[in-house]
Amino acid sequence: MAIPRPTAAPRRRRAATAGFHLGAGALAVLWLLPIALVLVTSLRSFDDIAAHGLGSWPRSFTLDNFGLAWVDGGQQRALVNSLVVTVPCVLVTLALAAMAAFALSRYEVPFRRSLLLLMLGGNLLPPQILLIPVSKLSEMMGVFDTLPALIGVQIGFGVGFYVFVLHGFMRSIPVEIQQAAVMDGAGPWQVFWRIILPLTRPALAALSALSFTWIFNDLLWAITVLRSDSKMPITAALIGLQGQYVSMWNVIAAGSVIAAAPTVAVFLRFQRHFVAGLNLGAVK
Amino acid sequence: MAVLTAPHRGSKVPTPPSRGRDRGPGRTPPLVLAFLLVPLLAEAVWVFWPALQGFYLSLTNWDGVSAPEFVGLANFREMAGDDVFRDAAGHTVLWLVLFGGLSAVLGLAAALLLQQERRGVGFYRAALFLPVVFSLVATALVWQAIYQPDGVLNQLLSSVGLDGLRHAWLADQDTALYAVIVPALWRQIGYVMVLYLAGLKGIDPSLYEAAKVDGAGRWQRFRHVTLPQLRGVNAVVLSVIIIDSLRSFDVVWSLTRGGPYHSSELLSTYMYSTAFQSLRLGYGSALAVVIFVLAFGVIASYLVRAFREAD
Repeated sequence: MAIPRPTAAPRRRRAATAGFHLGAGALAVLWLLPIALVLVTSLRSFDDIAAHGLGSWPRSFTLDNFGLAWVDGGQQRALVNSLVVTVPCVLVTLALAAMAAFALSRYEVPFRRSLLLLMLGGNLLPPQILLIPVSKLSEMMGVFDTLPALIGVQIGFGVGFYVFVLHGFMRSIPVEIQQAAVMDGAGPWQVFWRIILPLTRPALAALSALSFTWIFNDLLWAITVLRSDSKMPITAALIGLQGQYVSMWNVIAAGSVIAAAPTVAVFLRFQRHFVAGLNLGAVK
Repeated sequence: MAVLTAPHRGSKVPTPPSRGRDRGPGRTPPLVLAFLLVPLLAEAVWVFWPALQGFYLSLTNWDGVSAPEFVGLANFREMAGDDVFRDAAGHTVLWLVLFGGLSAVLGLAAALLLQQERRGVGFYRAALFLPVVFSLVATALVWQAIYQPDGVLNQLLSSVGLDGLRHAWLADQDTALYAVIVPALWRQIGYVMVLYLAGLKGIDPSLYEAAKVDGAGRWQRFRHVTLPQLRGVNAVVLSVIIIDSLRSFDVVWSLTRGGPYHSSELLSTYMYSTAFQSLRLGYGSALAVVIFVLAFGVIASYLVRAFREAD
C-alpha cells in the first residue's frame, strides 16, 4: 500500500500544467487521505489514541496491533478461509465459463442464444431473491456452514457473467483458424485447448484479476451459508473484529489493512488487466 | 458500449470477426455438449432452482422449521401497512438518486479531468481507483473511524471553528443514511471513472477538430460531441448504478445495520434482517421479490441489448 504522496516534482512543471496537477493532486490527496489515516492508526498504540484522539498527529509507533488482529482477532484463520474459497472459485469458474463460452461461440448448439442469455440473466438477478433458498439448499445438501457451500454458490452465481464476456471474446476469433485445425484432424478438445484458449488469454487474465477481488471481498454469500466464526472469510471476520475490539481503533485499523492487502497486491501487480477487466465486465 | 466492444479491443486477432454461420460441424460433438451442460448445471443448482423457490416462498408464511404455509399474496398486502418497508423503499430510491446520480456525475467529471495524457496522470487515476479494490466492509470501517464522535471529521470541524456542526454522524437518525452514502461513493466514483475513461478514449479526435473548425467552444464541444458519443457508455453506467444500488448491502450492514431506528435501512438490509434475524422467511422472500421487480427493468433492457449483439 506504499502509495507515495504527490511529491514536489510534478508541481515544478510548466505553468500551463500547474493547474491540472493542482486540481488532480488535490483530488488524489482527498482520495488517499482515508487510506493514510487507516495506515497511521494501525501503527499507533491504544494509549496514544485514547489520550489524543483518532485525528491527532501520531505520537507512538507499534506493530503490536497487527499481531493482535492476526492471532487473537482470528484474522489469520479468516485470511486462510478467504484464500481457500477464492482461489478455487476463480479457477473453476473461469474454467467452466471458458468451456461453455467455447461451446456457445464455436458450435451450432441448439438454442445457443437463449442459453447464453439465460446464463447471463441468472447472474443479473439480485442476490436477495436467492439468499433464503440457497441457505436452505445448502442445509439440505448437508454442506451448510462449510466452505464448499460458499465455493459452490460463488461458482454457480458467477459463471453466467464470465460465459457472456468470454463468449463475446471467443466469437471474434476467425473461423478459418478452427477450420484449418479441424482439417488437420483436430478434435474439439484440441481446438479448445490448443487454439481457442491460448487466444483468449488476455480476457482470462483480466477476468481473473477482477473475479479475485469480487469473490475475496464478498460478504453477503458468506454470512448467508456460513455460521461459525471459525469458517468465516476475512470480510465477515472484520465485522467480528469490530465487535470484539470495540473502539480499539488501532486493532480495527490493523485488521482492515490485513483484509485489504491481498486485493491491493493483486491490483498493483495486475493493474492493466484489472482496468481492462472492469471494462469487459461493466455489468457488475 | 464497453461490454460488447471490448473483445475487439483486447483481442490479439487482427481480422474483424467473421459473422459466418458455419462455425463447425452441423452436429454438436458430445464433448462440446458436456462443456455447455456442466456449467449450466452448476448455475441451475445454485441460481435457477433457488430463484424459482424464492418466488414461491414469497407466497408463504415460513419460520424455516415447520413446513411453509401457503398464504397467497398476504405478504404483499402486509407490506402496504409496514412503515419500515415504506421507509426502506424510500431510502432505496434516495440511495439510487444520490449514490447513483453523484457517482455518475463525479465519475464523468473525474474522467474528463484525467483523460489528458500528461505525465503523472497514471498516479492520479490509480489513486482514485484504489478504493475500488477494497471490500465494502474495510471501506466501511475506515469511514467509521472518521465518523466517530472524537474522530477526524469532528476534529476537523472544531479546528476550523465549526464546533456547532460536530455530530455523532452514524448515531443520528438525520445523518446516518448520508453518512453511509459517502463511503459508498468514495469507492464507486473510481469505478465509474474507469468506464468513462474507456468511453472517452473511443471518441474519434477528428470530431473535436471538426467542431473546433466550426467555432464550437469548450462547453459546446462537450455538449454536442462528447455527450452524444458517450451514449453507449451512459447506458452501461446506468445499468451498473441501478444494479449496484439495489445490491448495496455490505456498507450499510457494516456501518449501521440499517439503524438507528431503521433510519438507514435499505430494502436489501431489511430483507436480510427479516429473513435471517427475525426468521420470517416468507415475508423476507416477498421483500426480495420487490427488489427483483425493481431490478427487472434494468435486467430486461440489458438482456435485450445483449441479445442484439450476440449475433
